[in-house]
Amino acid sequence: MHEFAITQSVVDAACERAAGRRVRSVRVRVGALTAVVPEAMRFCFDLVSEGTSLEGARLDIDQRPGIGLCRTCGRTVSLDDHVLLCHCGSADLAVVSGRELEIVSMEVG
Amino acid sequence: MCVTCGCGRPDGPAHHHPHGPLTETITLEQRILAKNDHLAGHNRAWLAERRITALNLMSSPGSGKTTLLERTLRHFRGRRPVAVVEGDQETTLDADRIRRTGSPVIQVNTGAGCHLDAGMLHDALSTLDPPAGAVLFVENVGNLVCPAMFDLGEAAKVVIISVTEGTDKPLKYPHMFAAADLVLINKIDLLPYVDFDTDRCAEYARAVNPTVRTLPVSATGGAGMDGWYDWIAPA
Ligand SMILES: Nc1nc2c(ncn2[C@@H]2O[C@H](COP(=O)(O)OP(=O)(O)OP(=O)(O)O)[C@@H](O)[C@H]2O)c(=O)[nH]1
Ligand SMILES: [Mg+2]
Ligand SMILES: [Zn+2]
Repeated sequence: MHEFAITQSVVDAACERAAGRRVRSVRVRVGALTAVVPEAMRFCFDLVSEGTSLEGARLDIDQRPGIGLCRTCGRTVSLDDHVLLCHCGSADLAVVSGRELEIVSMEVG
Repeated sequence: MCVTCGCGRPDGPAHHHPHGPLTETITLEQRILAKNDHLAGHNRAWLAERRITALNLMSSPGSGKTTLLERTLRHFRGRRPVAVVEGDQETTLDADRIRRTGSPVIQVNTGAGCHLDAGMLHDALSTLDPPAGAVLFVENVGNLVCPAMFDLGEAAKVVIISVTEGTDKPLKYPHMFAAADLVLINKIDLLPYVDFDTDRCAEYARAVNPTVRTLPVSATGGAGMDGWYDWIAPA
């Protein structure tokens, strides 16, 4: 389960920045086109944060929708699955949202 | 009243807030996998300095990664230096198979981990120390989901699917196929016995990755392998 390694990275990065201070909450941004399942991430978060300065902290997940921009007709297309296809038939799409996998911020103190 | 916390004490010199300290919001705005990607960047630079072409081979368990490598390594013997990093959760079985071809190999066991990451490849490279100009084959842990997310610093990702797995796999595991630079469709010697549509599978792969190339091969029989060798090292 890659969510374990992903969540471990979140906890490591937050611990490093917190420098011993207690972390109350962490906010992450997860795109719909990444292979990360928010529920799995929550499950891992409680396990991984145990015994660290993040223990008991809240995990806020901002989910971002999959959105593509068609390079052929210029339209914005919602990408619900991973098939990159515009209504005009073009498969030449730039993904403008949905691939985020970021740590946004955290609350310490 | 204390203006910072509204605790009702008179203004004055700083005082403690035994009822709970203030919290501070720290902005991070960084990629979750920043550390892995940073290490992958190191690997990429290290490999480039030595003109080593690293290929990350990924597939579900048993699609034929090691079999494909065994034949490929024998092909390149005397033509091009090669080296192999074998990733598995447990055992050195695959490394033992590779060693029998006479190629330098190192086994990385990930234990509970379901993928290789850039740090593991970094450590493996410093031990293996592949020769300059080599083709470095990295056999990732058999898994069609997790390895796709972790950049190792490789030059290209090669995804292998075998004809016994079903035509629809690219649609079911879109992340892996979207990340691929090349898709090998393996075990085509079994096509007469299974219900698998090679053209349609290639179409599905292009649905999630419009420019990806697909090559049908048989790692045991040898069919199509010349196309794979040409792709690795164009004549
Ligand atoms: N018929 C046929 N069998 C193949 C072919 N390639 C591999 N196999 C068989 O498939 C089985 C698994 O092959 P491996 O090479 O061990 O597969 P792998 O992807 O390395 O497996 P893991 O490392 O466990 O993920 C073996 O029994 C191989 O002999 C092929 O082209 N045709
Ligand atoms: Mg193998
Ligand atoms: Zn369009």
